[in-house]
Amino acid sequence: MNQNMLAIEAENLTKVYLRGSEEIPAVNDVSLRINKGDFISIIGPSGSGKTTLINLLGCLDNPTSGELCLAGRSIFNKGKRLSERELTKIRREIYGYIFQNFYLIPTLTVMENVTLPLTFYRKPDTENEAVKLLRLLGMEHRKDHLPGQISGGEMQRVAIARAMVNKPEILLADEPTGNLDTKRSAEIVQVLQELNRKAQLTIIMVTHNQELARCANRMFEMRDGRICQIACEPERIYCNDASADSP
Amino acid sequence: MITKFQVAYKNLHRKRVRSLLTLIGIALSAWVLVSLLGFNHGYETSLNKDIDNMGFQLMIMAKGCPYEAATMMLKGGTGLKYMKESIINDVAKEPEVEKTTPILMAAVFDPNKGESGGVAGYFGIEPKSFSEMKPFLKFRQGRWFTDENAFEAVMGYEAAELEQREVGDMILIPEKNVQFKVVGILARTGTQDDGTIFVPLKTAQKVFGKPDEITTLGIKVKKGIDSTRFEDKMYQLPDVQVVSLAQVKQTIMQLISTAKVMVLSIALIAILIAMVGVINTILMSVHERFQEIGILKTIGAMPGDVFKLIWIETLILCAIGGILGIGLALILSKVTEVVIRHLLPYSPSGGLVLIDLKLILFTLAAVLCIGLLSGLYPAWKAGRIRPLEAIRSEIG
Repeated sequence: MNQNMLAIEAENLTKVYLRGSEEIPAVNDVSLRINKGDFISIIGPSGSGKTTLINLLGCLDNPTSGELCLAGRSIFNKGKRLSERELTKIRREIYGYIFQNFYLIPTLTVMENVTLPLTFYRKPDTENEAVKLLRLLGMEHRKDHLPGQISGGEMQRVAIARAMVNKPEILLADEPTGNLDTKRSAEIVQVLQELNRKAQLTIIMVTHNQELARCANRMFEMRDGRICQIACEPERIYCNDASADSP
Repeated sequence: MITKFQVAYKNLHRKRVRSLLTLIGIALSAWVLVSLLGFNHGYETSLNKDIDNMGFQLMIMAKGCPYEAATMMLKGGTGLKYMKESIINDVAKEPEVEKTTPILMAAVFDPNKGESGGVAGYFGIEPKSFSEMKPFLKFRQGRWFTDENAFEAVMGYEAAELEQREVGDMILIPEKNVQFKVVGILARTGTQDDGTIFVPLKTAQKVFGKPDEITTLGIKVKKGIDSTRFEDKMYQLPDVQVVSLAQVKQTIMQLISTAKVMVLSIALIAILIAMVGVINTILMSVHERFQEIGILKTIGAMPGDVFKLIWIETLILCAIGGILGIGLALILSKVTEVVIRHLLPYSPSGGLVLIDLKLILFTLAAVLCIGLLSGLYPAWKAGRIRPLEAIRSEIG
C-alpha cells in the first residue's frame, strides 16, 4: 500500500491499566491501518476497549507499548511517552473530536463555540470556515443562540462544526449519537457521511449502534481489547432520506 | 473569532450570584484599602498644611505655657505663662532669624456664648509682622487695625460667623467690660486662625493687664539654617521652651499612630479575606468545569492557554471589584472623614481623606496584584487537567 495514502498505522498497540497489582489490558496488541478518506466504525460491547482504542489513535493518551504513525510520521514507538503539551500539538494539527455529550460551552453562542478552537490555534486558510460549516450543517440561522436554546441534534451539529473549523485530517467521533433519538442519530451520521464523501475526511466513529456502524465503509469490532475487521465495504447504508443541508 | 478575554468574561456570568458576592468582597477590601491610604495621605497633608499655615517654624514661650489655641481654650485660658517683651530683641539679633512676631494669647469666658457660656480666644498681635509671617491671610471684609493702641478687632472667619458680627459691629469682652470695634473679618483659612479674634498687641497688653509681656514669639529662620541646632541655641535663653512645628507634627502623628496601625491591620485582614474568597470562587469554578477544561484541551488549548483563561477570569473579578471599591471610597469619603474625625483625639482642619489619581492607580494596581496572586493556584491547577481524565470524569 502507498504510504502516502495511510492516515493511521498502528502496530501492536497495547494499553494496560493497573488496578492495584492487577494488570487489565484495555487494548491488547491491536494493529490496523486506516487510509486517508476512510470512514471507519468501531463497534463492540461496553468494556471491550473501543473508547480506549480511539483515545490512543486520537493521541488523547499514551499507549503502554506499540507504535503509532500518523500520515507516515512516527508518534509513539519503543515505549516513548509524550507530554501533554506534545500531545496537544499533535491533536490540534491533525484531529477533530466529537463526543456523546457534545461539551459545548453554555455561556458562548453557537458561533462562538464553533470559533473557539481558533482562539487557541489557527491553521492557514480557515477564514470564514465557521460560517461555511454552519451553513453546510444547516445551523447558520442558529448562530447567535446559546447551546441551551437548541436541540440535542443541533448541539451535535455545532460540535461537529467546532471539530471541523480548523480543517482536521481525521475526525474522531466517540458515540456521537449516544444521546440522540433515532431520527437525529441518522441525521448526524448522514452529516458525517457527507463530510467523508465531499471533503475526503478520514472519520473514525465508535458506536454501539450496529445499524449506524454500517454507514461506514469499514467496520471493526472490538472484543476483550482485540480488534477484528468484520466488514470491508459492507452493505453500506447511505442516509439519503435525510438532507445534510437541513436540520 | 472570540478572544480569551471574552470567554473568561462570559464564564463569570455562569454563576452570577457567586461572582457578585466575590466582587462585593473585593470591592469592600478595595474600599477599605483606598480609604485607609487616602486617610494616611490626607491626614498628613492637612497636618502639614495646618502647620505651614502657622507661618513660623519655631515658637518660643515661657516654660509650661500651652502653645496651641485649642489647648488654651480647653484649659479655659488658665495656665498661660508670660515672657518679657524684651526677648523679641534678644532673638531678633541672632543671625539665623529672618523674622519674628510676638503674640499675647488670652482666653475669656463669655457667659452669653452658647447655652452655658463659652471661651473666646484673643490674640494680641502686631499686624505688620504677623501678616508677613502669614501671607496667605486674606480679608473677607475690612482691614487690619489703624494703630497699635486702637480698640479694634479683626475676627477669624468662624469667630465672626459664631458671634454674628460684621465690620463696624462692636464686640464686648465681658470680664473686662471693654468694647472693640470690628474692623476686619478674615477669609476662611482652614486653620485655628478661623476661630480667633485678633486685637493690637499693645491694646491686649493693656486690657489683659500684661504690660510688656507676651506669651509666644513666632520665629521664621533663614533658608538653609539647621533648625535643630538653632533650637538648642534658643534653649540657652532663661525659662523658655522652644517648640518646633516639626516636633508638634511628630507628637500628633504619634498620637494617631496606634489608630493607624489598627486600621491598617483591619485593611490587611479584609484583603486576605478577599483573596481567600477569590481563590475559593475560581477553584470552585475550575472544579465545576473540569470536563469543559479537558475539552478545551482536546480542541487545541495548550496548558498555558487554560492558565491564561483562568487568570483572566480572576483579573476581571479583581479589576471590576477594585474599580467598584474605589468608586465607593470616593462617594463615601466625606462619611469616612466624619467617622474618622469623630474617632481621633485630634484631627487637622483640612480634608482627612485625600484620594488622588496616584492613590487610585496604586490601589487598582495593588488589587490587580492580589488578583494575579490569587489566580495563580487555580490557574495552575486548571492548566494541569488532562483531557482524558476530564472526559472520563462524572463532574460537569
